[in-house]
Amino acid sequence: MSNHPLIELIDIHKAFGPVQALSGASLSIMPGEVIGLVGDNAAGKSTFMKVLTGVHQPDSGEIKVNGERVTFRDPGESRRTGIEMIYQNLALAPNLDVVANVFLGRELLRHPLSLPFISVLDENLMEQKTIELLQRLKINVKSVRLLVEKMSGGQQQAVAIARSVAFEAKLVIMDEPTAALAVKEVGKVLDIINNLRADGVSVIIISHRLQDIFNVADRIIVLQTGKTIATRRTKETTMDEIVKFIVGGVQPELSQIASGR
Amino acid sequence: MSQNTDTAPDASPNGIMSKFRFDMNGLGMVFIIIALCIVFSWLNPNFYSGTNLRNVARQTAILGIVACGQTVVILSGGFDLSAGMVIGLISVSSSLIMIDHGLVIGCLSAIGIGLAIGAFNGIMIAKAGLPAFIATLAMYSAARGLALIISGGLPITDMPFEFGWIGAGQILTMPVPALISLLVFLLCSFLMVKTRFGRHVYAIGGNQDSALFSGINVDRVKILVWSLHGGLVGLAALVLTSRAVSAHATLGEGMELESIAATVIGGTALGRGRGSILNTFLGVVVMAILTNGLNLINVSSYYQMVAIGIIIATAVYVDQFKRVKS
Repeated sequence: MSNHPLIELIDIHKAFGPVQALSGASLSIMPGEVIGLVGDNAAGKSTFMKVLTGVHQPDSGEIKVNGERVTFRDPGESRRTGIEMIYQNLALAPNLDVVANVFLGRELLRHPLSLPFISVLDENLMEQKTIELLQRLKINVKSVRLLVEKMSGGQQQAVAIARSVAFEAKLVIMDEPTAALAVKEVGKVLDIINNLRADGVSVIIISHRLQDIFNVADRIIVLQTGKTIATRRTKETTMDEIVKFIVGGVQPELSQIASGR
Repeated sequence: MSQNTDTAPDASPNGIMSKFRFDMNGLGMVFIIIALCIVFSWLNPNFYSGTNLRNVARQTAILGIVACGQTVVILSGGFDLSAGMVIGLISVSSSLIMIDHGLVIGCLSAIGIGLAIGAFNGIMIAKAGLPAFIATLAMYSAARGLALIISGGLPITDMPFEFGWIGAGQILTMPVPALISLLVFLLCSFLMVKTRFGRHVYAIGGNQDSALFSGINVDRVKILVWSLHGGLVGLAALVLTSRAVSAHATLGEGMELESIAATVIGGTALGRGRGSILNTFLGVVVMAILTNGLNLINVSSYYQMVAIGIIIATAVYVDQFKRVKS
């Protein structure tokens, strides 16, 4: 790990009309670090992440990438910096196979018979690169030509993750990656997240499933009414403490008292 | 790039089927076509005469051209109710242009008007956000009215003599309309299977949001899809007008439903981005053989309509049944 963070979000404020969605949300993440972002419904998790992916522009606050201040005016700018977001249920086209999904919107082309004015999909190259990608992330699928809708929820999630890191992503944001999965599939998705970390990719997970976050995250950040109220190393906290931050509205200093009770 | 060659040995491709987008559904269709041919040949030996088969090809060619465009539209998640009336509008307007400005400009205007109407439908759906059903229903009514206004409800017959070749001509004993239709099928199939455009159409039909989040310009692709379909409707209007040796406002009546029927019978599902041009080719062939065969054994066209209705319902039912099972 290098010494300064890959991404820093500092004191982000964002209002939608009269609604103050974010009022002092902060976060920093190191290369290859996995962060769990938790908070009650309407705590501002989604808005916070949409600021990072360029969907929303903050009213105030700073975004830094590798220590340098940046602004993301649209999702394209954020993506070009190496930030990818996996949206719930929005990631894949069910009627296309794994190869087509991994390269969707970024298809590789070739010129048949060297004709300069016709370009067709380079299926062989895309297939080969997909197989390499899945091997690198240790993702097993029966065939990369399988339609996504024929796969289990866990496998679909794996393909969505693979797709997000196929093009040099430095940070992947996952919105509830395990919410729709059968129990035995959750482990596989968490394994893939561990593989990403080993590959030096940073991950932010938004999840209501605290046990998954405790399984895989290095640090946990708690958001409450649009403000970062606690940051804890996973090893140095307990599920009870995090739950209290989320639901109790306990201030950090009060929680020290509460946990010592 | 690959650091762990020891894992995932079964990530090997076996994609022959998906590459050709030719599934068990398509294979079943081929068997149905063979069975129909055997039955009709047995019932009436005239069925497999060269003259009859050439006639079938000539009659079906126009449906084939429209069904190709309709299939691309359906694969993108829409469908077109206006095709039949737009054929009538293009038929009368391009015929008048042809009479005034000659054969070539007349033919080009048919395709041009088709492209423009298609693009208009596309803009209504992609940009104005109208459901395809409403946008094309509106176009159905407007096109019908315009065609009747332009033609005064009368047939137009003063086109150049050579124009008749498109509908009635032959190249090496093959009817020209059938050759045009075949070319359209090959081109559309190439577009849909081999190109980035086709891939994006499938993606939009399967999950429009994921297409959007993948950076695909969904609106642009949709407008292109509808324009392509419109151009093909223009081409179909041209062939049909030439074959009928006269232009008329209601020339294409029913073509919108027939083209949807052929697409659905071929196995392309409405609104799910599933199916292919090849499927539709088989669907068109089934409809052609069925209609011709029933004609040859003297089944009235009224009964034929009922039969087509039953087949549409059955085809979709079987498709859904298979999907639920898997």
